[in-house]
Amino acid sequence: MTLTEYEQSVLDGDDGPAAALCMRIVVEMAELLGAPGLIEISSAHIDGCLYHGDGGVEFAQRLVEDGAHVVVPTTLNVGALDLLNPSRVNADPHSYQMARRQMAAYETMGCTPTWTCAPYQAGHRPGLGEHVAWGESNAVAFANSVLGARTNRYGDFMDICCAVVARAPYVGLHTDEARLATVIVDTSAVSEKLKRADVFFPVLGSWFGKTLGGRIAVIDGLPPSTGEDQLKALGAAAATTGAVGLFHVAGITPEAPTVDAALGGRQAEDVIRLTPEAVRAARDELSTVARESIDAVALGSPHFSLEEFAQLEGLLPERRFEIPFYVCTGRGVLEQLDAEGRTGPLVDVGVEIIVDTCVVVTPILPSAGGTLMTNSGKFALYSPSNIGYDVAYGSLEDCVASALTGRVERDEAVWS
Amino acid sequence: MTEIRGRVVFDGEAEGPFLRLGAPISFWGGVDPKSGTIADPRHPDYGAEITGRILAIPETVGSSSSSAIMLELLRNGSAPAALILGQVDAILVLGLVVARELSYKTVPVVELATEATAALRNGELVRVTSSGSVQAV
Repeated sequence: MTLTEYEQSVLDGDDGPAAALCMRIVVEMAELLGAPGLIEISSAHIDGCLYHGDGGVEFAQRLVEDGAHVVVPTTLNVGALDLLNPSRVNADPHSYQMARRQMAAYETMGCTPTWTCAPYQAGHRPGLGEHVAWGESNAVAFANSVLGARTNRYGDFMDICCAVVARAPYVGLHTDEARLATVIVDTSAVSEKLKRADVFFPVLGSWFGKTLGGRIAVIDGLPPSTGEDQLKALGAAAATTGAVGLFHVAGITPEAPTVDAALGGRQAEDVIRLTPEAVRAARDELSTVARESIDAVALGSPHFSLEEFAQLEGLLPERRFEIPFYVCTGRGVLEQLDAEGRTGPLVDVGVEIIVDTCVVVTPILPSAGGTLMTNSGKFALYSPSNIGYDVAYGSLEDCVASALTGRVERDEAVWS
Repeated sequence: MTEIRGRVVFDGEAEGPFLRLGAPISFWGGVDPKSGTIADPRHPDYGAEITGRILAIPETVGSSSSSAIMLELLRNGSAPAALILGQVDAILVLGLVVARELSYKTVPVVELATEATAALRNGELVRVTSSGSVQAV
């Protein structure tokens, strides 16, 4: 692998021990992946600020002690605490203290404390063809697919290393070749009505990730109405069930004006037809329980956008919800809701707004367990293992209706 | 018996009972770093202990926090004895690279096509050498 004179000098310690450590890790990963060299990056998004155990804190503190500082604009993913409402998280004192320390270390290194898994809806939007180093699987999928920026799926710790040295291995999704689709997903057998519905997208994503694994596909046949929050939901679910860092949607995403363009003019290796039966099976797999009572509703994985709040506001009932109703979002979105006087009516019906974190990465829900209803594919997929809750999947409308009765209420018409 | 040899991704030697996962996994959300067990109720190997195992993983999916779970497994002493990856996964290996920087005990990683280990049975004692050889003992 070839390093520039500058890169070699950083590796040799000319920029101090922290930069040398970060460059050592970046170079070792580049060699492992067979990269011919490194590429300069213009921004980073850090997933490594979430507490999983003391190792992550030790690494962050080692970087701080060695004087690490990011040299590109860098946003932060969720941490394990709601810093604005600390009592919301039921962490034990040790975990609480360590999570706080870990979050603080990343701020000390110069990262912007956005604390959101949807940085792309918090003003961090790299342009088409821009090289970046992002962590957080849904953010990676969004940056590549919807914005056309270029990042590999960077794991926790690699993200901060790239941000400190402004370099990433020049390999994988940073290169033109690896971004071309080799598979066509044909959705023509799915009804147009369903394809316009928000509730379809996490289901499509969950199926997509499981079916495609890490292969790059172009999805054909989605309607022109397909919006940013729908693509966000698709990518988040796909990146949960698969190793999906990039997908194309013909006529919608920037590198797929046409199916042919997404394929780079080559023949597809495979055409996969999405059948209505496969859609129903994927939908059913998102739930772990049949129709029964539910204990809470949680929305906002990835973090709820202002537009999604507007949708929720349009559905707000006259009376309070019967069960806890959590919406997870970024503090930037909450600030805007506050500024526009929109928070009060939400709180009045029982909406609990969680910021800086979310309900599947840290203990917020009552530890007794139960059943969680959600419109998020990612919540549906991670809740059973992470927080021990069963899951009922449904649309935003279903979630609101169910929170009023404490039982799963589903509008089946959209699936027919 | 013919020798099975893969690409050495991360140096080391190990011996332990073999465990091949029956489905792709995300370590974050799929593995409990404290107990060293498969924690995802939807996974076919739910409940299986991976600590000390020669763990063959056909495919990794999901979270970019899987590197952090790998790091915690190593820190807690609950890691597999070795990883045999069907295809090299930068996120998991990153956990090892960081662990070495923090002077935690690391484990070997070998990249080896899933078919190549098909003859190995779960529970069978297997040795991984520093040259990437994967052999029933």
